[in-house]
Amino acid sequence: MSATLVSSPHGSRPNRVDRVMQEVLLALVPGVAAMIWFFGWGVLINITLAVAVALIAEAAVMRVRRRPIGPAIGDYSAVVTAVLFAISVPPTLPWWMTLLGMLFAIVLVKQLYGGIGYNPFNPAMAAYVFLLVSYPVAMTTWLAPDMLAEHAVSFTESLRLIFGGALPSGVEWDAISAATPLDEMRGKLDQGMPIAEIRLSPLWGDFGGRGWEWVANGFLLGGVYLLWRRIITWHIPVSMLAALAVAAGAIWLIDPTTHPFPAFHLFSGAAILGAFFIATDPVSACTTKTGQLIFGASIGLLVFVIRTWGGYPDAVAFAVLLMNIVAPTIDHYTQPRVFGHSGNRANP
Amino acid sequence: MAAIQSLLRRDRLWTFHGGIHVPDEKALSNGRAVEVMPLPKRLVIPLQQHIGATARPVAKVGDRVLKGQLLAQAEGYVSACIHASSSGTLVAIEPHPVPHPSGLSALCAVIETDGEDTWAELPEPITHYAQLDPTEIRERIRWAGVVGLGGASFPTSVKLNPGPDQRIRTLIINGAECEPYITCDDLLMRERAGDILAGVRIMHHLLGDPRILIGIEDNKPEAFEAMRFALAETDMRGYTEIRSIPTLYPSGGEKQLIRILTGEEVPTHAIPARIGIVCQNVGSAAAVADAVLEGRPLTSRIVTVTGRAIAEPRNLEVRIGTPVSDLIAHCGGYRERPRKLVCGGPMMGFEIAHAEIPVTKPANCVLALTEAETPDPGPALACIRCGRCAEVCPAKLLPQQLYWHARAKDLDRVQDYNLFDCIECGCCAQVCPSHIPLVQYYRYAKNEVWAREEDKRKAELARMRHEAKQARLERQERERKARLRQKKESLDAGPGKSQTDQDAKKAAIEAAKQRAAAKKAAAAKAEETDDA
Ligand code: SF4
Ligand code: SF4
Repeated sequence: MSATLVSSPHGSRPNRVDRVMQEVLLALVPGVAAMIWFFGWGVLINITLAVAVALIAEAAVMRVRRRPIGPAIGDYSAVVTAVLFAISVPPTLPWWMTLLGMLFAIVLVKQLYGGIGYNPFNPAMAAYVFLLVSYPVAMTTWLAPDMLAEHAVSFTESLRLIFGGALPSGVEWDAISAATPLDEMRGKLDQGMPIAEIRLSPLWGDFGGRGWEWVANGFLLGGVYLLWRRIITWHIPVSMLAALAVAAGAIWLIDPTTHPFPAFHLFSGAAILGAFFIATDPVSACTTKTGQLIFGASIGLLVFVIRTWGGYPDAVAFAVLLMNIVAPTIDHYTQPRVFGHSGNRANP
Repeated sequence: MAAIQSLLRRDRLWTFHGGIHVPDEKALSNGRAVEVMPLPKRLVIPLQQHIGATARPVAKVGDRVLKGQLLAQAEGYVSACIHASSSGTLVAIEPHPVPHPSGLSALCAVIETDGEDTWAELPEPITHYAQLDPTEIRERIRWAGVVGLGGASFPTSVKLNPGPDQRIRTLIINGAECEPYITCDDLLMRERAGDILAGVRIMHHLLGDPRILIGIEDNKPEAFEAMRFALAETDMRGYTEIRSIPTLYPSGGEKQLIRILTGEEVPTHAIPARIGIVCQNVGSAAAVADAVLEGRPLTSRIVTVTGRAIAEPRNLEVRIGTPVSDLIAHCGGYRERPRKLVCGGPMMGFEIAHAEIPVTKPANCVLALTEAETPDPGPALACIRCGRCAEVCPAKLLPQQLYWHARAKDLDRVQDYNLFDCIECGCCAQVCPSHIPLVQYYRYAKNEVWAREEDKRKAELARMRHEAKQARLERQERERKARLRQKKESLDAGPGKSQTDQDAKKAAIEAAKQRAAAKKAAAAKAEETDDA
């Protein structure tokens, strides 16, 4: 029998942080598989590299802080951060940028604030924005999806590209890269081209860009899995996607020639990934239910606003980080009415 | 269709926020009939088994006592009588380890039993209670030492006396038994449904004819049927309904059950009587029937002895004061070494260090849990703010925030987050993926707040005492000076001795008068502070 008397409850507890994170990783599989399918080995190389750097960085920080290393690494949270980061950046990103990004995420954003649970910002998104601002070109050069590329980049070519910056021999960037659907849409709209004409390009699939929409479907599948496993609740993803769709739908109804229809917004860029996997990061999101609705809807609106009028093509990272700042305040004002209390609680 | 039917029958059920589904583990112990536990050699009967003041011993060490004889008298209004649970010799009244979360000892009456189990002379049964004044019946219940047997152990007679200006509209009988593993109420309802209803009928009379709602979780179909069957035999059908409620922990919490059955919320810091509701446990109802209809005090209860470490888990009818170790031995001992012994259920019970403690009135369950049932949760990780705890909190609190402030020892902030609305149900800790012992933090914070308030009170008292003392010293100093002055004056006045004598006397009288007045003032002041 144990020496100290421990407080109730006494039963076994089914949940554990590591299991939650494992479920999240599992849920990422279909989307990641689709990415690898369409964008080649670079995706997998980036993930491997990012995970390795994240784990080493986490262990090193724990060492310096004289905390046990095992639990910190064993909770898989650094792995999740690394994977989310790696699938947000282009599959050709030079290795040292991934390294820099992960160090930034783990050491500065996560551990300097005190480790998991204390970081006000989503580490993966903070690192993404940090790199985007510092190296805009590298961060926005995307490979063309498999079926559109003139040259399929092989595994070794990916390795050489990432670690040596060397293009496959006899191949120019243009042959393997393509604008992302969001970029394409923006660029052409800025040139004054009407939507109907833009969509004639072979880049487009049913809703969003070809290839891209399947990646989004993969993440959607994973998101539904997370909901089913009750790892996340519907509040953030649904409110975020609904707000995005409603805003996009309203403006599309007003002027369908210069505004893409709502499904384009949902299935392009990181909207689905963001809704289910990034905005739902518990540490940096709101925790009250009402708060989560506000948090999610605000992200959806911000994504739409930044995509439509802002300077950067995609906006999920910015929107999430902006809302991370106000999340504690939202929580503060959306506390539930405590059982047996009348009206909303007045005190802080 | 069922929904429409329930609307027509007006037996709609409400829900409370959160709650969790936990494996109920009731099948371990609910398969066998209740067995009467044999008489132990020694009974150790704590003098405080209830909420309220410790009872005052009325039997003397060395006395021969009979079963049902009063050992200790309820002391004050909120207290309960304690009776001998078998005949024998009262060999000691001394501190013994008792079932308490703190693991501390408390005053107990120790009886060496004589094996005869001879009953004392009992008061007359009251069968015609409907014609009697409620006060008389309440007095009987109070004499019988009936307390809430669901675990709270609040004196039942007090709960059945809501006062003249509090009309009770609804009497709720709690047969939910939502804690996993525990089946004593289940078995009681199956085996003594008629007695429970007889007790309920008495309560109904005492409370001025409220409607009666009996709530039973739907994982106890046999108990539900037994109660329905018994109800059909009574004249109580007109005002009594038995409702099967969904199994969801903690539906048996008083405030939760009230919400489920009536849709009403008991206001924070208030008792249910504030909204015209009284809630009683099925076991207490049966005990009331015994007390009133048979004249028998509460000397035994049903205890579930279960957990996978127990060879033959079952329910035992146990005399109050029987050592827990005897119960375990009677159930075949341990099948495997338990990792933990728990008094009460796994969600709200408390761990006990050993089995050498007696069964008390509120002790509904003894759990011997194996390593697999209560694995080491491992070190607590940081809170990842996932909000799972808030999702399941039946009090609709934000447990993560409570935790945050409790850990920072910010006693004002924890109270802002309504710490005292926490019912310590353990739902939050059960689902927390970081395995933070949340309830432990809340208990700690509550204790700290209480301690701080106590400190404040003491400091205030000390300040007043200090001031009084200061005033006394100053007065004495004044008097001393006055005496000195007088002495000097009389010396100065020359050898006129008689004169001096007279003056001195006068001065002495004057001083005495002053002292008396000062004392009176001080006493008045002290009284004031007492009142405050
Ligand atoms: S369940 Fe645990 S980890 Fe999640 S918010 Fe509550 S206390 Fe934090
Ligand atoms: S123990 Fe307290 S805070 Fe936790 S779920 Fe129960 S009532 Fe809520």
